[in-house]
Amino acid sequence: MTTTAVIMMIVAMVTVWGGLIAGIVNLARHPEEEGAEPVPPVEL
Amino acid sequence: MATATKQPARREAFGSRNVFILSAIGSAVGLGNIWRFPYVAYEGGGGAFLIPYLCALLTAGIPLLFFDYAIGHRFRGSAPLAFRRMHRAAEPLGWWQVLICVVIATYYAVIIAWSAMYTWFSAQLTWGKGNEQEFFFTDFLRMADVNEVGVSTEFVPQVGVPLLLVWLVVIIIMCLGVKRGIGAANMILMPLLTLMFMVLVVQSLFLPGALDGLNAFFTPDWEALANPAVWASAYGHIFFSLSVAFGIMVTYSSYLKRRTDLTGSGLVVAFANSSFEILAGIGVFAALGFMAAAQGTDVSGVASSGIGLAFIAFPTIVSNATGGSIIGVLFFGALVFAGVTSLISILEVIVAALQDKLGWRRVPTTLVVAIPLAVISMVLFSTTTALAVLDTADAFVNAFGIMAVALVAVIVVAWFLHKLPALQEHLNRRSSFRIGTMWKLLVGVLAPVVLGYLLVNELIAKIAEPYSGYPGWFLSIFGWGMAIALVVVGVILSFVPWSRTSHAKDDPDYDEFLVEEDYDPDPETGSIHVTTKAGAR
Repeated sequence: MTTTAVIMMIVAMVTVWGGLIAGIVNLARHPEEEGAEPVPPVEL
Repeated sequence: MATATKQPARREAFGSRNVFILSAIGSAVGLGNIWRFPYVAYEGGGGAFLIPYLCALLTAGIPLLFFDYAIGHRFRGSAPLAFRRMHRAAEPLGWWQVLICVVIATYYAVIIAWSAMYTWFSAQLTWGKGNEQEFFFTDFLRMADVNEVGVSTEFVPQVGVPLLLVWLVVIIIMCLGVKRGIGAANMILMPLLTLMFMVLVVQSLFLPGALDGLNAFFTPDWEALANPAVWASAYGHIFFSLSVAFGIMVTYSSYLKRRTDLTGSGLVVAFANSSFEILAGIGVFAALGFMAAAQGTDVSGVASSGIGLAFIAFPTIVSNATGGSIIGVLFFGALVFAGVTSLISILEVIVAALQDKLGWRRVPTTLVVAIPLAVISMVLFSTTTALAVLDTADAFVNAFGIMAVALVAVIVVAWFLHKLPALQEHLNRRSSFRIGTMWKLLVGVLAPVVLGYLLVNELIAKIAEPYSGYPGWFLSIFGWGMAIALVVVGVILSFVPWSRTSHAKDDPDYDEFLVEEDYDPDPETGSIHVTTKAGAR
């Protein structure tokens, strides 16, 4: 692989996969509030 | 089952936020991520495509995803009910989306059936080395030309039987409900899909020539960025990839608990979808690099997308690679799993709409929806002309269904009903990632401009010459006629009255939500009687 191709591959991975990790970290910092709502029905 | 038709008062819900996120990712990650993105990126400047792609993701994909989440969560209904609650005049948009899902579901299922058969064929190398193309069109599909035979009724059992099985599986999942069916299926299939694809990528990377494939995929062609068509294709791709604007995300977010971080979840869904696309790009181009090396040609000579990539190029790779059968089983298995999780989300749009409309329980509603769909799907797509019908319906429903309804929806909601401030407020009330005026501009101004441009381009292209050279009568039925019928029938359906047992008139859960959130009461729902004007803040 050429250097530019390698650089672009790394940039793509860092931005997109990094974005995913950042999103997960953000969500983990804001956990769901449990027990505040009625339990939804289970059918069948 | 048949005796109890009245639904319990509470709306079904996903077990937790994580189940919702996985299900939304399951819906977004479909066949397009695997077989469309790699080629679109390669054609659009390789590594340089990352720039328009990220731009499209951040300025159109994610804002529109939030738009759908906000509508579904604020108005807590399937697409027709959510739009009706927003404003009576917006209801046809919801039905239009439901009908789009009807069309897509019928042909999406058959691609899953093909992939399932090819998972099996890969293990045995049934097609015979060097015979991949002939095998797919002649032996497997027994393809006939619509110019000669019209729409065929000749049954092709090797397609029809797996198609029936696909329908049985998805009907069972749908009957089990949001939590135990859709949620559970995604909790199992999505981690499995990710794992399988990772193994596939690693194995592809060890094939001779793989690095040449990656080189072709990631080498930037900066001049492509000056080409408006590349930007248009980035926006078009992101738009289809995230499954926004055809009711899925509205429906899924209506099953979220009242206090849920909507934008935070949306960011994870959007980036997970793109992450899978990058992974698919690496896997597909590593494999194509091997194919080029094996055939002594350039990667540009073997690069393809869609059905050609999956059912001709990949079988060729499977025939030639060491351990090819494993690659084939992983690749086609991944297509099956990615397809099933998307198909159930498409079906849920229809099932949820009818549940809201009729006030029925899940199982009878699912059967009433899925059995006729399965029959239509079998009639049209287990015959020798399946590919032509599929190709045409897909091209037209994407352009003049999804893209058109998205354009109309953003214009109506932003410019006629002026609901963006209310939706923005609803998102910010409960979410970790706050949105501001920029979001309103992106949804209300940029999205209509981009969608309008794409739609006009599609119109010009499809009017200029008959799509794929199919005969005029054929395109007027399965192309233009179908696309127009979706709008007409959608409008007609919005005039069918909602009965007293429907969720538009009887939804204590929604009333409770409105009180809790301090929103204006809904004039239609039963338990709180109000005389004030429609209360969609």
